[in-house]
Amino acid sequence: MSAILKPKSKLVVCDGNEAAAWAVSLANVDMVAVYPITPQSSLVEYLAKFIADGRLNSEIVDVEGEHSVLSVLQGACLAGARTYTASCGPGLAFMFEPYLRTPGLRLPLVMTIVTRDTLTPQSVCGGHQDAMSVREVGWVQMYCESVQEVLDTTIMAYRIAEHRDVMLPVNICHDGNYLSFGAARCELPDQDEVNEFLGEKDVNWHVALDPQRPMAVDPLTGGAGGPGPSTFVRYRKGQCAGMQNSLKVITEAHEEWGRRFGRHHAPLVESYRMDGAEYAIMTIGSMTGAAKDAVDAARARGDKVGLVKVKTYRPFPVEALVSALAEVKAVGVVDRSVSFGWNCGPLYQDTIAAMYSAPRRIPAMSFIGGLAGADLTVAHFERVIGRTRELALDGHAAETVWLNEKD
Amino acid sequence: MYEIRIHGRGGQGAVLAGGILATALVQEGKFVVAVPSFGFERRGAPVASFLRFDEREIRQMTNIYQPDCVLCIDPTVARAVNVFEGVKDGAVLVQTTAKPLGDIELPPQIATVGLCDAVSIALDIFKRSITNTIMLGAFARATGLVSLESLQAAIQKSEFRDAGLKQNMAALERGYEATEVHQIVRKAAA
Repeated sequence: MSAILKPKSKLVVCDGNEAAAWAVSLANVDMVAVYPITPQSSLVEYLAKFIADGRLNSEIVDVEGEHSVLSVLQGACLAGARTYTASCGPGLAFMFEPYLRTPGLRLPLVMTIVTRDTLTPQSVCGGHQDAMSVREVGWVQMYCESVQEVLDTTIMAYRIAEHRDVMLPVNICHDGNYLSFGAARCELPDQDEVNEFLGEKDVNWHVALDPQRPMAVDPLTGGAGGPGPSTFVRYRKGQCAGMQNSLKVITEAHEEWGRRFGRHHAPLVESYRMDGAEYAIMTIGSMTGAAKDAVDAARARGDKVGLVKVKTYRPFPVEALVSALAEVKAVGVVDRSVSFGWNCGPLYQDTIAAMYSAPRRIPAMSFIGGLAGADLTVAHFERVIGRTRELALDGHAAETVWLNEKD
Repeated sequence: MYEIRIHGRGGQGAVLAGGILATALVQEGKFVVAVPSFGFERRGAPVASFLRFDEREIRQMTNIYQPDCVLCIDPTVARAVNVFEGVKDGAVLVQTTAKPLGDIELPPQIATVGLCDAVSIALDIFKRSITNTIMLGAFARATGLVSLESLQAAIQKSEFRDAGLKQNMAALERGYEATEVHQIVRKAAA
């Protein structure tokens, strides 16, 4: 069977980094600031090439470090530009100060994290640790499963970030190595259709560097008296409200994308073969493909297992997840990163927190794998499925399982 | 699903070969995923790249451990790594070598062998031993899984320009022409 292609779309073979660059080009971004770092480098090199070739009409600033990358983009955004960058690992760490300020300024910046494990020990390979380390800062975070989803989500990110009920920066996370350099067939949507989908940009209606409407940006607030504390609380509550609003906006954007382009990606969580499932495994990012194949094989053997993939990780889709897990007796959660404070994976930690609001408690176990470039294969997920099946039978959760400890 | 593992050395274009083959297969209506291995690749060090294709959408973004085909674009990399690790029964080996079939040690799983003296061809065309597009021709000849025309179109679409494009088109065709294909007939085990 060949895929059915929309008449005006174009089929290419590209890796995830190139797919992201195509998306940025299709989103008509005005301003790109870059500092290359492995495994993100080729992404910003593609952007530089698209701009040099005249395919993308954007300013590009090759700055001296990631701190400046985001500072430049904040200024551009305040001046009304649609903005983009990509980073990862140590670069993201160096970006942290302006990264913290971006959501408070309510700037709809879009940044790809080509995920990479954090130092130390030294490694330049993939893992979610960098993105997970900035999960509580107030950026929306979505994790992609495939090259096509990278392209589609990067375009959707602008509609989500710039929505008046959200006005927050968005990270699209795609796995270093497996998605950044993994190539697959990918449909490029038609430019006019993308323009219609995104609509007119209006990114600085609320806060601007504009001589025609001078205003104080980022006022001094806080303290123990006067209007300071309540102003600060108003800002903070507004940010939290924007995050919660994004759940609906993300869902609507994915639905509209599916209608227009014929590709339906689950917006918050995806339930895969959960009908009649007695237990479930949970995944995030590019590991999901191998996990789905393992679930199919287990189902063929008569094991009643399903899979729940988390796409939107921040804000955490509590309601959608609780509903997805409503019928199962146990869950095994696979993370590609570590929560040092809890000796488990962060997705596992969020899952059990979310399940506290569920009508009944189910046993859960944490699995950690795919760190620093390690492969997560069908065989690994067969182990996760086997252990979660035991958990559903006896209810005895063990300590965190490290999948690549021996293989 | 058909799985190919490409072995080469850094600088020979194993990853690029994967990309060109992927483009050619997509042109023939296939679904393809190509994942390069990674680490600190250096010129001359053994590298691998992985490609799987199918009539249906492929979900696994992983390396390949049980290949249906091993495509070796370097004559000596088999001395540095076990290129046959995990090969399936009935697998295909496509190897660059100047040796005759009888001088090549094969595990029992290999049923088809395509041999091509790609280094000599590369020295003739490129004046250095860049064998990737030559060995794509050898792959097409040995397996019949992709047409020479689709590979030609994929090379046209790639980054090659002018003289480089002409050389690589010639390399592909010479690889295809020069490849000897052998079916290995094994006696039943006693």
